[in-house]
This record gives sequence, structure tokens and C-alpha cells, in this order.
Amino acid sequence: MTKRFWQDNSTPLLCVKLGAIVVMMFAFAIFIMPPLYDLFCDITGLNGKTGGPFVTGNAENELGVDTSRTVKVQFLATNNENMPWEFRPQIKTITVHPGEPTVVNYLAVNNTRFDMVAQAVPSLVPFKAANYFHKTECFCFNQQPLAAGESAELGLSFIVDVDIPKNINTITLSYTLFDITESQKKKTTLNVINSHQQLAVNQL
Amino acid sequence: MAHGPAKGFTRWLYTTNHKDIGSMYLWFSFAMFLLGGVFALVIRAELFEPGLQIVEPGFFNQMTTMHGLVMVFGAVMPAFVGLANWMIPMMVGAPDMALPRMNNWSFWILPFAFAMMVATLFMEGGGPNFGWTFYAPLSTTYAPPSVTFFIFAVHIMGASSIMGSINIIATILNMRAPGMTLMKMPLFVWTWLITAYLLIAVMPVLAGVVTMMLMDIHFGTSFFDAAGGGDPVLFQHVFWFFGHPEVYIMILPAFGIVSAIIPTFARKPLFGYSSMVYATASIAFLSFIVWAHHMFTVGMPIAGELFFMYATMLIAVPTGVKVFNWVTTMFRGAMTFETPMLFSIAFVILFTIGGFSGLMLAIAPADFQYHDTYFVVAHFHYVLVPGAIFSITAGVYYWLPKWCGNMYNETMGKTQFWMAFIGLNLTFFPMHFVGLAGMQRRVPDYNQFFADFNMISSCGAFLFGAAQIMLLYNVISTIRGGKKATDEVWENPEGLEWTVASPAPYHTFSTPPAVK
Repeated sequence: MTKRFWQDNSTPLLCVKLGAIVVMMFAFAIFIMPPLYDLFCDITGLNGKTGGPFVTGNAENELGVDTSRTVKVQFLATNNENMPWEFRPQIKTITVHPGEPTVVNYLAVNNTRFDMVAQAVPSLVPFKAANYFHKTECFCFNQQPLAAGESAELGLSFIVDVDIPKNINTITLSYTLFDITESQKKKTTLNVINSHQQLAVNQL
Repeated sequence: MAHGPAKGFTRWLYTTNHKDIGSMYLWFSFAMFLLGGVFALVIRAELFEPGLQIVEPGFFNQMTTMHGLVMVFGAVMPAFVGLANWMIPMMVGAPDMALPRMNNWSFWILPFAFAMMVATLFMEGGGPNFGWTFYAPLSTTYAPPSVTFFIFAVHIMGASSIMGSINIIATILNMRAPGMTLMKMPLFVWTWLITAYLLIAVMPVLAGVVTMMLMDIHFGTSFFDAAGGGDPVLFQHVFWFFGHPEVYIMILPAFGIVSAIIPTFARKPLFGYSSMVYATASIAFLSFIVWAHHMFTVGMPIAGELFFMYATMLIAVPTGVKVFNWVTTMFRGAMTFETPMLFSIAFVILFTIGGFSGLMLAIAPADFQYHDTYFVVAHFHYVLVPGAIFSITAGVYYWLPKWCGNMYNETMGKTQFWMAFIGLNLTFFPMHFVGLAGMQRRVPDYNQFFADFNMISSCGAFLFGAAQIMLLYNVISTIRGGKKATDEVWENPEGLEWTVASPAPYHTFSTPPAVK
């Protein structure tokens, strides 16, 4: 065997380092990028994602109502692809003062012969308004199961922030209704399998 | 010493020799190139006339998808890895790659990955039909059942590329002959070193994005499903975070090849060696911060559009440095126009055209018009075909006499060049016009008034395809015989690979060469 002239001894260490970069980047793609993207959307209001339940401060008047100006809020309802439910807002437009708590209702009717589960996903334009539109209660925070033929009034309580920029006079809030019956079933099956496994483990 | 290759099929199966593995990579990539080319010809045959005549729209979608996937992952990337395997150890004066067994493995898993991916075409529901970018939800909610095989194939390809890159980095960093400092390395070695780092950084992201798809499809997660709180736009961000460095992975080694060929035939040393190295490194760095220019139309804040627009335009600066250096190398050189040089000069000219249409696409407000039209198709084919394919062809002609000891047929080489050059421009130049006029990509039918340009494109595509058969014939007949090549092959070429005999012995540089 000829004498090796290259610095072979450092190769294993180099490979471990490069392998570590690989693992790190894989983890970055799966565990860091999605939450980072959500955070980014949250900060910028990008995609019109509105936040979770808004909790008002202990003194309700703290926010105050700015009666000097009004903001028009428009409501839209869209059914995603083959979602057969009837889904619409009960009023299309409402004019509110910033800081004033308001309640509106959407109507959902399951006019099929099957029990179904739906999920409404909100989106709001202009994006800049997303962080000034607070929902204290919303049907979109929960899944909506409706039995065949059943209908429901879905409530939404919101407050437009008093600090909303002066140039925003109209906010359009849209809900898209998704049929999640199938994926709910899948999850339930998964849970059943998991609990069976848990049971089996416990019996050991 | 004189210990030759083993006999029979197991020579190729068990080989750890960088030259054997390099050859296998190159042959595999050429097979994939022909397969991807057949898919492209199905597309062009369907688009020869408006209306639907040859294939079903569903199958057309599978053809556009598979053409892209096979060309990117099957033809261009393995061809560069093959050239790296053959040339890097010989260029840095090493006896072999640093990790020869892993080298064998990283090649041999590739045929299985592609067998699996191509097999999806024969499965129920057909193969991938969602475009090579496999945007969710097309590739999740609406995907054919075979998508799981596609995901697994991508995982294997990724593993192969990652192992190949680790091997290349280890070879370059640890196995250079004494005296071969980093700044003395040939540019092909430099560009591959940087490419290998890009691969290590982004192939795991590709693996991550297909893993998230897999979990969305089978395990009830909602990474890209709005109903469960996910976002399909997230897919595009993660994909292009991989995808943009990926397009530089397909072009940086090409820069290295051309930087080796032009000085040889201009008979002048390369102009601005160190600026070439720094330009390559800056392009690699910038490639990580420009991904969203592929998705200007998703609804980004204006600040985002501006940032990605300016960052993208910034890439033109290091690329311009490179083009300037190649032109300056040729300036007042004693040029001759052998086949590798013809391909390299065509590379410089046509790649620059592709770069300019890239600048047009980088203008965010204008991109809203160009998005998803044939203008985009024209742009990336102008950078990839004369960029990657021409440089690989140039490299094959340039080093083939060193590999097999015989000179190729120069007349046939030049004929092939002109056929490919004319075919390419006929195919892709009219696409600029139909794209600007609004013809959408990935659609099997089009408005009557695009008919003439599309017919020209289709004729050009078949001419380009014929040129590749000529390349195959020329390479095979060169391997089987022909005029013997000298050790130097060309007139005073630079580099350690020209100091060994032609054909290159099975084992080279068992003792280190002297580096000046």
C-alpha cells in the first residue's frame, strides 16, 4: 500500500459536521419554518389571518368608543370546493364606531342527508387592518358539527380597535367554509389506534 | 501497482473507483436526458397545432411534470456529479474520492429512485401531474395516489445528492496534493465546492417539504391545508427556499466548466481568477435571500416585493463579473473554434440572454404580467439548456479524449453544435413572444393566434432532439476507436488532469504530483 499523503484523519470529523448541517436544515424546514411563517403572518397581518380570541382589559371602558369616526365592516361567505352547506352572513354590511363591541350572525344550514363537520377560516383585507380587528367570540375558533338537515346561527363578536389607522374606512371579512368531515374521521381513527396501543402498552 | 478494473458486471456494481462511478453517473444522466427529452417531444408534438390531438390533457400534465423532474434531478444534477467524480480527484491531484464506498452507494440508489418515479406513469391514476414544483394542494389534496411513490423517490434522490456533496467537500478539503492551495484550485473545483455546500443546505429542505406533504396526505396534519389552520402559501415559501439555490446548483458547475475551456482555446490564462471565485460565492449567498421572486403574485406586502426584487437584481452584478471575465479572456486571444469552444461561446451568449429575461422577470410589477406564461418557460430554458446542457456537452467533448484516449470526430461535433444551437433558438426564442402575448404554460391547448410560433418551436425541438442522438453516436464511436489523443490533448491546456496519460489510467496520482 502506498503511503497516504493526504490528511485523511480529519475526514470523519468533517463528515460528522456536514451531516450535522444536513440534520439541522431538515429540522429547520419542518419544525422552524412553519411556526416562523405563522409568526411572520401574525406580525404583518399577511394573508389576513386574524388572531385568536381577544381578551379585553379588566376595565371595559379603557378602550373607549371613538364616536368621531365610523368604519364599515363587510361580511363575505364562501364555500370551499364541494362544500354543500348553505352558508351566508345575516347582514352584509355594518357600520361601527372603533371600540364599540358588535355582534353579528352567520347562518349555516346542512342541507345534505349526512352528518358533517365544518371549519370556517377567516381572512381579512386590507392586511394592515388585521391587527386592529379583535374578535372576542367567533365560530371560527371551533369546528362546527351539524347533523343532516340541521341549521345553526353562528355568532361573531368583534371590536374594531380605536387605534386603527385613519386611512382604513372599510374592512372586508371573509369566511371560507371547509368540509373537514373526512379528516376528522381520520383523526378519530388515529386516536382510536393510539389509545389501543396505549392500552396494549399498559397491559404489558 | 498495475491493478486494473475487475471483469464483468460486478465491476460496476461493486466499484469504488471514481472514474468508473463518474462514467456511470454520466451514462445514467444521458439516459435520463433522452427520457426527459422524449417527454418534452410529447409536449411539443401536442403543441404543434392548437386544439387537442395527440394526448389527453391529463397525460399532458404528467408529461410537463415528469419532463421537469427528470431533467432537473435525473439529467443535469447527475451529469455534474459525474463530471465532478471524474475530474475533481484528477484536478486536485488525489488518488480517488475521499469516501469511495459512499460514492458507490450514492450512485446506485439513483436508478432505483428514478425507476420508482417513472413507474408512477403506469400506476392507477397516472404519475405526478402537478408540475415539477408540486405546489400544494395540487400535490396533496388533489394528487393522484401515486404521489407517495414520488415523495419516496425524491427522498432517495436527496439522500444521493447529499452523500455525493459530502464526498466532494471531503475530497476537496482534505485530499488536495501538497502545494495545491485553495486559491490554486481550478475553477471547476471551486464552483463544485460551493455547489456542494448549497446542496447540503437545501436538499434537506426539499426532503422536509415532501415529508410535510407526506404527513398531510397520510397522517392528518395540516401544514398546507387551510381547513386545519395551515397555509398552501407556506408550501411555496419552503419549496422555493430549496428551489432557488437549486437553480444555482444547476449552473455554478457549468461556470466552472466554461472557465476551464475558454482559456484553453483562447490560449490565454483566465482573466480575473479570484474575482470569479468571489463572484461564485456571492451568487451562492444571494441565492438564499431571493426565493420569493418566484411567487410575486401570492399577495406579499409591498416591502417584501421590493426587497425580493432588489435582491434578485443584485445577482446580476456577480453574474456580470463572470460574463465580463469570460469575454475578456477571449479578447485578443489566439482563438480556435473546436467543438468544446463553440459550445462554451454559445453558453456565454445564450446564458446572458437568459439572464436578461431573468432581470425582466425580477421586476415585480412587470412579473404580474409574465407570471406563469411561456415567457417564464423561455427564460428558464435559456438559462438551463445553453447553461447546463451546453456546458455539460462542452465538458464531455473537452475531456472525452482524456477519458477514452481517442479524439472525437470534429466534423460531427461541429455539426451537432450547429444543429443544437439552431434547434435551441428555434424552440425557445419564439416562446418569449407568445409568453409576452399571454400564452399560459402547462396548458395543452392555446389560442389560434399563437399557432405559427408554436409550430416553429415544435420543429426546433425535434431538431434539438436529433442533435442529441448525434452526440450519443459521436461519443460511442470515440470510445470504440478513432485517432489517438496525445496526453495533453489540446494545446497547452492548464491543469493536472492533462499531465496523466490518455486514456487516464485506472488509478492516477497514487503518489502526489508536484504542484507549481
